[in-house]
Amino acid sequence: MSVLLLAEVAGGALALDATAKSASAASALGPVTALVCGPAEAAATAAGIAGIDKVLHCADDSVANGLAENLSALILQLAGGVTHIVAPATNSGKNVLPRVAALLDAMVITDVTKVLDANTFKRPIYAGNAIQTVQSQDAVKVLSIRTAAFEAAATGNAAPVETVTLSDAPALSAHLEDMVVKSDRPELSSAKVVVSGGRGVGSEADFALISGLADKLGAAVGASRAAVDSGFAANDLQVGQTGKVVAPDLYVAVGISGAIQHLAGMKDSKVIVAINKDEDAPIFQVADYGLVADLFDAVPELTGTL
Amino acid sequence: MKVLVPVKRVIDYNVKVRVKADGSGVDLANVKMSMNPFDEISVEAAIRMKEAGVASEVVVVSIGDAKSMETLRTALAMGADRGIMIEAPEATEIEPLAVAKILKAVVDEEQPQLVIAGKQAIDNDMNATGQMLAALLGWGQATFASALEIADGKAQVTREVDGGLQKIEVALPAIVTTDLRLNEPRYASLPNIMKAKKKPVAEKTAADYGVDTTPRLKVVATEEPAGREAGIKVGSVGELVEKLKERALV
Repeated sequence: MSVLLLAEVAGGALALDATAKSASAASALGPVTALVCGPAEAAATAAGIAGIDKVLHCADDSVANGLAENLSALILQLAGGVTHIVAPATNSGKNVLPRVAALLDAMVITDVTKVLDANTFKRPIYAGNAIQTVQSQDAVKVLSIRTAAFEAAATGNAAPVETVTLSDAPALSAHLEDMVVKSDRPELSSAKVVVSGGRGVGSEADFALISGLADKLGAAVGASRAAVDSGFAANDLQVGQTGKVVAPDLYVAVGISGAIQHLAGMKDSKVIVAINKDEDAPIFQVADYGLVADLFDAVPELTGTL
Repeated sequence: MKVLVPVKRVIDYNVKVRVKADGSGVDLANVKMSMNPFDEISVEAAIRMKEAGVASEVVVVSIGDAKSMETLRTALAMGADRGIMIEAPEATEIEPLAVAKILKAVVDEEQPQLVIAGKQAIDNDMNATGQMLAALLGWGQATFASALEIADGKAQVTREVDGGLQKIEVALPAIVTTDLRLNEPRYASLPNIMKAKKKPVAEKTAADYGVDTTPRLKVVATEEPAGREAGIKVGSVGELVEKLKERALV
């Protein structure tokens, strides 16, 4: 048994939290070789994660932007003798892993929340309203890991790093540009505290109330689908079934009614606070602390008190 | 340019599913079913391309039980030109890999320049079929699209990625999978619903394409997620802060 783990690289650096959580899921399956596509510093950071036995570093431009055709060709080139191919269930992992699985004639298993044994895994279906245990009969298991469900592996390791190159890039696609918003706030998927705003916030300008509270709490900012669709918040802030899944110590939902699709992305948070003027909003059914109040009064008061 | 759009009949997005008492699956008896929301976005994208003169024909295909015909008719009522209904045994269990293999056979026959698929079906939440189809065809893929433009034999796609947006270019033929912000799907008008009944639909079975649909994943158990204990309502911001301080959260 051996595992090839695709490390997450974002903005030219290793995404330590996503990679370390996936490493802890992967290390239960056998010795782990991590593939890092990006700068040498990212490979060095990955080599420090406990449970990673070897790092393969690829600095090729063809895989620097996560283009699925090139990246899956590289993974296949390196997958000889491997029993499991694992990546965090980030958008980049979700983009490439099913392609890898199809090339291996295997059925991908996405959003794994628990590893029961080498062939058996738990994953949520129907927006997390049911949890399925599935057993794979494929020769190579291809898994994406829901990082919110795993503890991060420790650091302080010193795994050896080897350089690899992609021998034959399919060149079916090209990267044009990234439109990435730089923020000093913690990253949404790994933040200890998340403050999210919904339709009730009403406008992009008023979304500053959410970011103000988030800054006071040292929190990441999240949003419901309604808030993103209405243009109050950026797409990468969407929490929910088809957005990001988070499980922070504290989740503060402001002006969010609590549709099934939103709950799917945050109901495993340790403590949930809901602020909503509608006392019948479904969000109160999952909230530890509910405050029925107008957010335009309550949020400034809360930000002022903290 | 011909565009192919796969559509799936799934549980309506407003329905909260229940796990069957015996743990054998989820209870789909007598629940409202609809077209997968991401597939509606895909159909809308294809129709807009036809309206803009970029696409010449929009073909929709559904794989599932006989009732998937309703989903296909909905897509035709929205404006697709014709349908392919592929009946598959045990439709709810059919996996993305088998779906991708059937779709590959359809693509081989139909020769579209573009396949627009939903990024994920809201039943199994796999988010896999489009990528798998692209792999089997050896085509380029642009997943999670929030903007799509066709020019010079290429598709320029803005993708929703973890840190924001990414713009890429894929050579045609290609697969695009749609995300929420690509468009807002139209409702079919009554006259168009009537017209859709007369649009041609070819009826096939999975066996016609020689694809083995036996699941690769054995479902050992289906269970309810751990529930949350009911919390309390606080009367004021002051009380909320007090509670959070007690638990050392602020």
